[in-house]
Amino acid sequence: MKFDIILAGVGGQGVLSVSAIIASSAMKEGLAVKQSEVHGMSQRGGAVLANLRLSDRPIASDLIPRGSASLILSMEPLESLRYLEFLSADGTVITATNPVANITDYPPVDEVLAQIRGLPHALTIDAESLARKAGSARATNMVMVGAASPLLPVSFETLEHFVQTIFAGKGTKVVETNLKALHAGRAAASE
Amino acid sequence: MSEMVLLGDEAVALAAVHAGLTAAYGYPGTPSTEILEYLIRHSREHGGPRAEWCANEKTAYEAALGVSYAGRRTMVTMKHVGLNVAADPFMNSALVTVNGGLVVAVADDPGMHSSQNEQDSRVFADFARVVCLEPASHQEAYDMTREAFDISERFHTPVMIRLVTRLAHSRGIVTVGEARAENPPHRDVHSSAWVLLPGNARRQWRALLDRFDDIRAYVAASRFNTVERGADGGFGVITTGLARNYFVENLDDLPARPAHLHVGAYPYPAAAIRAFVAPLTRVLLLEEGYPYIERALRGIVPPAHLDIQGRESGEVPPDGELNPDIVRAALGLPARTGVVVQGLSLPNRPPQLCAGCPHGDSFHSITAALSAFPDAIVTADIGCSTLGALPPYNAIETCVCMGASVGMAKGAADAGYHPVVAVIGDSTFLHSGVTPLMDAVAADTPMTLIILDNKTVAMTGGQPTLRSSSELEAVVRGLGVPPAHLHVVEAHPRRMAENTEILRREVNHRGLSVVIGVRECIETAKRSKQERTAAAAQE
Repeated sequence: MKFDIILAGVGGQGVLSVSAIIASSAMKEGLAVKQSEVHGMSQRGGAVLANLRLSDRPIASDLIPRGSASLILSMEPLESLRYLEFLSADGTVITATNPVANITDYPPVDEVLAQIRGLPHALTIDAESLARKAGSARATNMVMVGAASPLLPVSFETLEHFVQTIFAGKGTKVVETNLKALHAGRAAASE
Repeated sequence: MSEMVLLGDEAVALAAVHAGLTAAYGYPGTPSTEILEYLIRHSREHGGPRAEWCANEKTAYEAALGVSYAGRRTMVTMKHVGLNVAADPFMNSALVTVNGGLVVAVADDPGMHSSQNEQDSRVFADFARVVCLEPASHQEAYDMTREAFDISERFHTPVMIRLVTRLAHSRGIVTVGEARAENPPHRDVHSSAWVLLPGNARRQWRALLDRFDDIRAYVAASRFNTVERGADGGFGVITTGLARNYFVENLDDLPARPAHLHVGAYPYPAAAIRAFVAPLTRVLLLEEGYPYIERALRGIVPPAHLDIQGRESGEVPPDGELNPDIVRAALGLPARTGVVVQGLSLPNRPPQLCAGCPHGDSFHSITAALSAFPDAIVTADIGCSTLGALPPYNAIETCVCMGASVGMAKGAADAGYHPVVAVIGDSTFLHSGVTPLMDAVAADTPMTLIILDNKTVAMTGGQPTLRSSSELEAVVRGLGVPPAHLHVVEAHPRRMAENTEILRREVNHRGLSVVIGVRECIETAKRSKQERTAAAAQE
């Protein structure tokens, strides 16, 4: 079994937290993991990409080869299209629908969403409004973890455990909001 | 023995602690920053070893030299271009008789994700005649760093650990060992080995060259250099650094397994390389960085019966970082394809200043003040302030190296231009802007220096600056900048009109002036607010 994930978004959207929760869960369940992150300049409002590789065998490369990713999980619609060359023929794109239009030439969001929905395996999630309902728009990234959870090779309980662990330092309210967001994302993906 | 999940940077840091580190120093620089950040966190939680940010890489290196002189183990961390700043102590430290283990952890940035060049530090290690170990995995990052301290003490030489971005910022599993105790302080009695007067320096240089044969033999036998025999008679592959992983990633798709030599320890094992290529008719070099071994292998008179392939002959691109697909093509395998969507053109999303960034307000003031001076030259510097080069600001013209904005402004003014404006961040100013400002004071250069003081080292994630914002004015005044032309202003939209007027006046002034625009980085302000809220929630 191997499961390569491209995590995409814009600096500040919590891509690295998503990566940390899935990676920790996979390790806990005995999988080999390599997780490549972007730090530094591109975190300043630029496109952010993380490569997350899960496998039951040793993993050589930290970077995902073209055409190999099982999943592109994106916090933002335009960014979900940026790395399609890495997606395998039967891979899935899951993206949040709310755009981060911090550039002047952002294409009409309807066109972007139409292109995503035209892909063979795609799922669009109104993650921001689900996160707001859960208690905070900042939990959008956890909605996306929930939305991806049915496809991930780790149990939902393990993901829950690491959402609790990672947010524990920020108080019980933040933990609750993020757990709610996780569940909301999973429910939305199953609809 | 236990297993931990660590960034490559963190594996280096923890290995140093386990090797008996007494003190570590550095200056933030992507992708090296997390080494010292980890050590600072560790130090806070465990009461040691000492870990400190310094004014720049040179001062950090010199502090490490002092720890080594006092007999204890030390590490200094920096990004590749930081080693240029520390080049003076680095080159000369190769000549002294290192006492406590001295490890230089340098993180290169092939592909220039967050840097102004992609220089390969293996070349620098060669230049200095210093041992260099290059990990290709998290485990190697840990194991090599531990061993680096032993090599340093055994051969009385600094040892470099060369990391690259994709290892520094990748997480993986590391099996860690038992911690070794710190060395007790002990001065070496032969301290003339550290007095590099010409007479001593000649002796020390010769001693280094004499023991280099032993070093070469030791490194050649290192377990980090490996050879595997192949099934493809005439074809072999030499990998260095992360190229090994990209090679292995493609190995199953090759019709026959080529012979494989991996080099992880330098000086490169020349005899082993000669023996490796002897039976081959074709060798492919895959190096994450410069074609360093490749150029040595080609030489000026390339071997007659060996087809050498790599960056210089086009099988591998001449620049940039490697990845599994580039290596795949170099191996002659058909490209993998992903999902292709016709007619899709995506706009780029370059980095930019955060919404509400104080630098943004300063750049608006600068642009407004300079609207009356269409010929003004605006030099700038490294850090978040470099983003003023991009739209919507388009406010700066240069970014070369730490502190260059100040010296370049002086040069442009000396060349007869007026007005000339230099823009630099507070931490970059403290790193390398103070000395060129001294030059400008001495020459009473007609130029305006604008220090954007956001009270932090922002681009690398908000490390503390060495002197606080309130002390910056005194530093500048102490250099001799005329008080009448030294202003401290608040970089805030509500001050836009008055700030613009002050700038316009000082830019027009035919003498030296300094304007410090102060407001805390919104990221660090947000973080400290969150920490306060979380602390309150815990109570």
